[in-house]
Amino acid sequence: MQSNAGLTPSTLSLKDLPWQIDWDIHTCTLCGRCTAVCPVNAIELGVFRKRELHAKPGIPEKPTNTYTIYHGIRQRTDPAYRCIGCAMCNMVCPNNAIRPRQLSESPMLWYHNNRGGQPRTRGGRRNEHGPNLLDQVKFIRISMLTDPALDAGRHEFELKTLLGRILPPEEEINALKTDGWTPPVREIYPLIIGGMSFGALSPNMWEGLYMGISYLNEELGIPARISTGEGGCPPRLLRSRFIKYVILQIASGYFGWDEIIRAIPEMQEDPCAIEIKYGQGAKPGDGGLLMWYKVNKLIAALRGVPQGVSLPSPPTHQTKYSIEEAVAKMIQSMYMAWGFRVPVYPKISASSTSLAVLNNLVRNPYAAALAVDGEDGGTGAAYNVSINHMGHPIASNLRDCYLNLVAQGRQNELPIIAGGGIGKNGNIAANAASLIMLGASAVQVGKYMMQAAAGCIGSEGDRCNVCNIGLCPKGITSQDPRIYRRLDPEKVAERVVDVYLAFDTEMRKIFAPLGRSTSLPIGMSDALGIADKDAAERLQIKYVV
Amino acid sequence: MCRLFSLTSRDPVSPMLAINALNVMKEGHDGSGVGLYLHDLGGPFGEMKEAPILSGIFTEAGLKRLSQTAAEIGLDPKYSMTFSPQTPPPPGTPKRGTYLARAYDIPEAWKGLPADELAQEYTRFRLMLRASGEELGDMQVFSFWPDTIMVKEVGDPLTVGQYLGLDNKDLVARRILAQGRQNTNYAINLYACHPFFLQGVCSMTNGENTAFIPIREYLSSRGVDGYSGYQSDSEVFAHILHFTLKRLGLGLEYYKHIITPLTDEELEGHPDRENLIRLKQACRKLIIDGPNCVIGCLPDGAMFMVQDRKKLRPGVVGGKPGIFAFSSEICGLNAAIPDRDPSKDFQPMHLDTAIVRPDCQEVTICNQMQVLPRLH
Repeated sequence: MQSNAGLTPSTLSLKDLPWQIDWDIHTCTLCGRCTAVCPVNAIELGVFRKRELHAKPGIPEKPTNTYTIYHGIRQRTDPAYRCIGCAMCNMVCPNNAIRPRQLSESPMLWYHNNRGGQPRTRGGRRNEHGPNLLDQVKFIRISMLTDPALDAGRHEFELKTLLGRILPPEEEINALKTDGWTPPVREIYPLIIGGMSFGALSPNMWEGLYMGISYLNEELGIPARISTGEGGCPPRLLRSRFIKYVILQIASGYFGWDEIIRAIPEMQEDPCAIEIKYGQGAKPGDGGLLMWYKVNKLIAALRGVPQGVSLPSPPTHQTKYSIEEAVAKMIQSMYMAWGFRVPVYPKISASSTSLAVLNNLVRNPYAAALAVDGEDGGTGAAYNVSINHMGHPIASNLRDCYLNLVAQGRQNELPIIAGGGIGKNGNIAANAASLIMLGASAVQVGKYMMQAAAGCIGSEGDRCNVCNIGLCPKGITSQDPRIYRRLDPEKVAERVVDVYLAFDTEMRKIFAPLGRSTSLPIGMSDALGIADKDAAERLQIKYVV
Repeated sequence: MCRLFSLTSRDPVSPMLAINALNVMKEGHDGSGVGLYLHDLGGPFGEMKEAPILSGIFTEAGLKRLSQTAAEIGLDPKYSMTFSPQTPPPPGTPKRGTYLARAYDIPEAWKGLPADELAQEYTRFRLMLRASGEELGDMQVFSFWPDTIMVKEVGDPLTVGQYLGLDNKDLVARRILAQGRQNTNYAINLYACHPFFLQGVCSMTNGENTAFIPIREYLSSRGVDGYSGYQSDSEVFAHILHFTLKRLGLGLEYYKHIITPLTDEELEGHPDRENLIRLKQACRKLIIDGPNCVIGCLPDGAMFMVQDRKKLRPGVVGGKPGIFAFSSEICGLNAAIPDRDPSKDFQPMHLDTAIVRPDCQEVTICNQMQVLPRLH
């Protein structure tokens, strides 16, 4: 740094940045691909000055020097262009001459993430290292000698769950005898792809996910479902028979719902369900946020908004002033829209409100389920402080909800869908099985799918996480065709199918030794143990060391 | 693994017949316990069909307390069959006190009550005795119900049967369920010993019910007197049966549909598809998931056997008009009814419910793929 470069309070040295670029002059071919691909322009081609000394042998002649230049890569230190660790430079480098490295010490950048007085916004999940609670849960109840264990590979398994309100058996039989109305119920696979909107996701990513889901249903008979998130649904899909695999989400911004309402008379099939979003686990108390970078012509058209403006959804449904209004009235309206044939359920952030909402839903004969999203949930855009510091872990919140239903004798009548950090560290089946045994009827994942099916490189170590500004280097959350063309929808679909099939096998491998195969082991808490006494007590599972 | 044996006979027979059958199946159980359910009694008890019979084990103090408690309610002892062994118990069996079966005249206040309410009074009395017995350690009560006696003890079935004098000529019954072995998955406790009984509904099971905890949680939350205790994972089978018959008002043909519903593929062409899908969904909490063979007896005296979904447990039914038996092994059947036609023995598979109605004339096989009786 030259002394006349102008040192401002935000002037940072390379050492102050969390991600450092290691560049090897000896293997670099100066092809320029790394600088071309860098989504945040953290590196630029640089011209460096070099002084060479020429010392001749003998005394008579004095040494001389010459100044030359060489070309290379320079990492920018301006916080606005800091390296995000995505490693795209490495992915495109022909010689592995460049790679980002994370600095372990606390970097100064944290103090300069708010330029212009704007706190940092980003996508991704909260930054927390290490195994989370779900990863610590073990399955301890294994039938070995008292009874023959089941064979995960050969026995018949029923890994389906129910989405929709289940009447108590007495009422159901009464309805059967009297031909009475019963709430609609869907038999679905317990792994749901959670709401990631058209707008948050690129068109290619969206298409890939929906193709994958359709393939699972149509070709493999696995009734997988996907939620649209808040952002509407392409008109062609709305009017197709594939809409039955889709959960339409309505949130407080109501984006895209004009289109959906208009499509109702022309729908060939009913959607799987309607999800009313009140909150997201990653940013409880906040609404949705689609930043202006991503609101291009297509998104604007689909959502019925002007181009190039930020689209924040309010944290609450603005026309509703109480829980009865917000929950009961909306649920009933949505039921009516589809002639009482489609389950409607709310999605909330795991929080102290969860039990209040649950109790309210138990008394509402139309409520079809409750989706609870824990703090480890992901998001396409939120304030850093919301992602990192707000929210409630899913395990204990879900357990409270389930035990509350047990106390009322209503367990499984109102299915609970758990989300938020499932498979955060890659253990998707184990995490999902733990949550099911703690009381969930199904689980929903978002970021896992992005990572597994589309190669999202975001992590909990604050890597990448630029989903919000349309620069996603993999083309998953970008609306720029030059970027999202990198993502092949067919490949995404293939990976979605791979994920489901592998998940299915792993679930059988977990359930078979526990002796469960004909129904999902919802609430089978006797199978669970944990080496943390407080956690064991809190979750009412066994303490094992 | 437990061995199970049950008999249904036109004429009353001694429980020793069933115990002998258990004894020949000894290679399949460790002789750690025996449980007996006797219904449709002969002998002196047979002459007082309406009188509830209390069966259990009592210490001296327990007997006194029982007399007082019964008198306070207005229960008047009518006939007792007791056995207070003076000889040392066989190896493995603790010395407990008096084994009692006592019939009562019911108090005036209970007379004329509708059947349901009377059943509740009986259940409450039994649960009250059980709870206070557990507190003071002086009584263990297995049943309080007309025309029914239950015996449970730790030890080898044959030795225990002889020790308790079950060859008593006055102790005979037309329906007998017998189980050999104590519970092993949970604490050793006589209440954990099969068969399990509630308000005329009785069942015993062989195997492990891995769905026990969620089912227990569900049944316990139904608010039904008697859906409690659960010292064994198999007790829920009896209560699911009770729930099916009494709360849902369904016939025995539906029991298997509740505990092991058909798969979606099987339901495709089923004549009762719509109803069965809805039943499967509503009763999903009651689906069992272990390797189990269930033998049970209904209040009307019908006896049945069902298997788990994968048919992982042995079980056979056979006999001749007048007497039929359900057994874990064919050697048990051979010991009890040697002169039957073995070619008519039937081993129920994963879709079958084998039923012998109280007339003891034939084995009816009810397959889950068949049309069901209409709901009324």
